[in-house]
Amino acid sequence: MLTHALSSPVVDNKRPMTKAVFKWAAVGAVLLLALYLTVALYAQNQTAFALLFLVVIGSAAYIFSSPKAYAHRYIYPSIAGMVAFIIFPLLYTVGIGFTNYSASNLLSQERVLEQLLSQRFQTGEERYDFKLYPTDDKFVMRLESPAGESWASAPFSFSELQNNALAVAPAEQAAPDAQPLAIKDVIKLKEDLKSLSVNIEGGASLSLAGLRNFAPMQSLYGLRDDGSLVNQQTGVVYAPNQDIGFYEGPQGETLSPGWTVTIGWENYVQVVTDPSIRGPFIEIFVWTLAFATMTVLFTLAVGLVLANILQWDQLKGKGFYRMMLILPYAVPAFISILVFKGLFNQNFGEINLVLENLFGVRPDWFSDPALARTMILIVNTWLGYPYMMLLCMGLLQAIPRDLYEASAMDGATPLDNLFRITLPQIIKPLMPLLIASFAFNFNNFVLIALLTGGAPDIIGATTPAGTTDLLVSYTYRIAFQDSGQNFGLAAAIATVIFILVGSLSLINLKLSKIKV
Amino acid sequence: MAMVQPRSVRYRVWATHFGLLCFIGIILFPLLMVVSISFRTGNFATGSLLPEHPSLEHWALALGIPYTQADGTVLQPPFPVLLWLWNSIKIAVISSALILLLSTTSAYAFARLRFKFKGVILKSMLIFQMFPPVLSLVALYALFDQIGNHVSWLGIDTHGAVILASLGGMALHIWTIKGYFESIDRSLEEAAIVDGATTWQAFRYILLPLSVPILAVVFILAFVMNIMEYPIASILLLDVNNLTLAVGAQQYLYEQNYLWGDFAAAAVLSGLPITLIFLYCQKWIVGGLTAGGVKG
Repeated sequence: MLTHALSSPVVDNKRPMTKAVFKWAAVGAVLLLALYLTVALYAQNQTAFALLFLVVIGSAAYIFSSPKAYAHRYIYPSIAGMVAFIIFPLLYTVGIGFTNYSASNLLSQERVLEQLLSQRFQTGEERYDFKLYPTDDKFVMRLESPAGESWASAPFSFSELQNNALAVAPAEQAAPDAQPLAIKDVIKLKEDLKSLSVNIEGGASLSLAGLRNFAPMQSLYGLRDDGSLVNQQTGVVYAPNQDIGFYEGPQGETLSPGWTVTIGWENYVQVVTDPSIRGPFIEIFVWTLAFATMTVLFTLAVGLVLANILQWDQLKGKGFYRMMLILPYAVPAFISILVFKGLFNQNFGEINLVLENLFGVRPDWFSDPALARTMILIVNTWLGYPYMMLLCMGLLQAIPRDLYEASAMDGATPLDNLFRITLPQIIKPLMPLLIASFAFNFNNFVLIALLTGGAPDIIGATTPAGTTDLLVSYTYRIAFQDSGQNFGLAAAIATVIFILVGSLSLINLKLSKIKV
Repeated sequence: MAMVQPRSVRYRVWATHFGLLCFIGIILFPLLMVVSISFRTGNFATGSLLPEHPSLEHWALALGIPYTQADGTVLQPPFPVLLWLWNSIKIAVISSALILLLSTTSAYAFARLRFKFKGVILKSMLIFQMFPPVLSLVALYALFDQIGNHVSWLGIDTHGAVILASLGGMALHIWTIKGYFESIDRSLEEAAIVDGATTWQAFRYILLPLSVPILAVVFILAFVMNIMEYPIASILLLDVNNLTLAVGAQQYLYEQNYLWGDFAAAAVLSGLPITLIFLYCQKWIVGGLTAGGVKG
C-alpha cells in the first residue's frame, strides 16, 4: 500500500506532461508541414491542390488535438483517404469539364509565354562551326566562319558567365593540340549552350543553331507592353485570347501551344449538339445499359441453375463440382480476359479452329460489331456466373425445405419449384446485390480495355468511339488514347456518367433499405 | 432429404452428372488450352490440346532464363515476369494491410461510438464508392503529379502512389467489418470499461481478438482486389520494371508483336498462386461476400 501511495502521484504527474508536450509537438510539426505544402502548391498556382491539403491536414490537426472529436479519430484516416482519392478527383474532374484542358492546351499562360519567347529564328545565312576544348574544369570555344576566319574565347565555365554572354576575339594561333569535345559530350551541355549568346568582337551576336554551329539568331516573338506578341520575322501581331486559350493573329490563326482556360458549358453543349459526338454517345450509352442488364441476367440464370443443382440431395460429389465451377472466379480476371482475347483471335485462335473443323465457319469476332458484342457477353458470363452461384448458394440455405416437400406432394416439376418457390424467396435479399453487380458491370472498364479495346470503331465519330466501348472506356479513350487527348471533353462526359451512377446508387440505397 | 421422390429420379441424377461434366468441360476449355499452349513450340503454332512437340522454351523465358533453341539461336526473356509478380504482391500486401488497419478502426467507431453525422458519413461513403476511379483518372494523375513534386516516393511511376490511391476504396470493407462487429455482444466491452479500461483498450483487447475471422476475410478480399486492379496502375506506372502483373501481362498481346506462347506461360506462372490461394480460402470469401451484402 505504502509503495503504491508513494509512487502513483509521481507517475500521474509525469505522464500527462510528457504526453501533452509530445502531442503538441506532433500537432505543431504537422501544421508546419501542412503550411509548407499548402503555400508551395499555392505558389505554383495549384489552388485546388492547396485547398485539398489545407482541408485534409487542417481537419487532422483539429480532430487529433480536440477531445471533443475523440470518436472521429478512428474514422479520420479512412475518410481522409476517400476525400483525397475519390471525392477530390471527382470534383476536380467536374471542374476540368468546364475547361479546354487538352494536349494542345496543357500549360499555364506563363509557361506558354515562356516557351514562345524562347523560340528563335536565324537572321543571316552564314553559320559558324564551333568546337569546345576542355581546359582543366573550363572550356575554350573556337568558332570558324564559312569564309575561314577563326575566333576564340578566353577559358570560361558556364556557371560564371554574366548574362550568359560570351565574348570571342579573332584567334591568331591555330587550334590547340588537345582533342575538342566529342558530340556526345556536347549534347550533355546542350541546355547550357542554348542559353549562351556569343558576341563577336565588334560584330553580330550568335546563338546555338544546331549541335555543331552557331548562327546570328533573334527571338521569333517580341513581347509588347499590352501583352501581345509580335512576330519579328513577319511583323504579325498575336493577341492573347482568354476565351480560347491561344495567342491569336488578325486572321484568327493561333500559335501552339495554348494554355488552359475556363470555357463554360462548351464541352457539355458539344456532347449534346454535335451529331458526331452525340450519336456515338447515345449508341454507347444504350449498349452500356444493355450490356450490364444482359450480364446480370445471364450470370444470374446460369448461377441460379447451378446453385440449385448443387443443392440437390441426390447428387454425389458436390465438393468436386463446386470447386470446378468456381474456377473462373478464382483465376485473376486480367489473365482470363487476355486468354479469351487470344482464343477468339480470328486467324490463329483456338475457338475459330474448333468452329472451322466442326461447322466450317470462321467468325470475325473482333471486326463485326454484333459478333464482338456477343463475344463480350460470352466472356463476361463465363467470368461472372460463379459469383452469382456463390450468392445463390448462400441464400438458398435459408429457404425452408418443407416448401419443396409440399410442392412435391402436389406433383410439381423442378421448373415449377424454381419459378414458384425458389425465385420469389431469394429475389428480395438478392436485389441489392444484383444492383451492385449491375453498377459494377456498367463500369466494367477492365473487361473492355483488355478484350477489345472498344473495337470495332463506330464509323463517322469524331471522337474515338467503338461499338463495344462502355461509357467508362469511351471516356478513358478520349482522355488518354486519342491523339488530341481532350481531357476537358472526357471530363464533361465523365460528369454526365457521375450523375447517372449517382442516381443509380441512390436507387440502390433506397431499394436495399440500408439501416445505419 | 425429401421423402416423396418420383420414380425417374435415378435417370435424372445421371443426366445431371452428365450435364454438369459437359458444362465443366466448356468452362475448363480456356484454362486447359492456356496450360497446353504454354508447352508448345513457337508463338504462332496451333495444335491439339496435347502438344505434339512439347517444349519448355516459354517456361524458361517466363522464369527469366534465356532459352537456347535447337538451331543454336538464343531467345532472351521479353519481359521481367517474376519482377512484375513481385511488384503486384508487394503492392497488394502493403495496401491490404493498410486498408485492414484503417477500415478496422473506422468500423469500430461506426459500430460502437456515437458521434455527429455518423449516418450521413456512412451513407455518403457507400454512394461515393460507386463512382468508378477510371473516370477521375485525369484528376488522380494530376494529384500524384503534384504530390510527387514535393514527396518523391509518392509521385508518378512509384509504387507508393498506387498503394496510396488504393486507400480510397475502403468503404466496402468498412461496411463488412462493421456488420460483423455489430453481431458481437456489446456487454463484453462494457464490462471491461466498467473495470477501468479505456475505449481503445476495450477495442484492442476485447473486440479485436474476437474478430480475427472477418479480418482474415477482408484481408483476402482486399488482396485479390488489389492484385487485379488495372486502370489506376496503368496510368500511374510507366517504367517496364515498375509494372504490376495486371498491367504488364497485356504487353505480350500487341497486334504487331503477338507472343501467345510466352504469354501463356507467364499467365499460368503468375495466375496459379493467386488461384490456389483463392480456392483454399473460398469458404471464408463466400461468407464475407454475403455478409457485406445481406446484413447491410
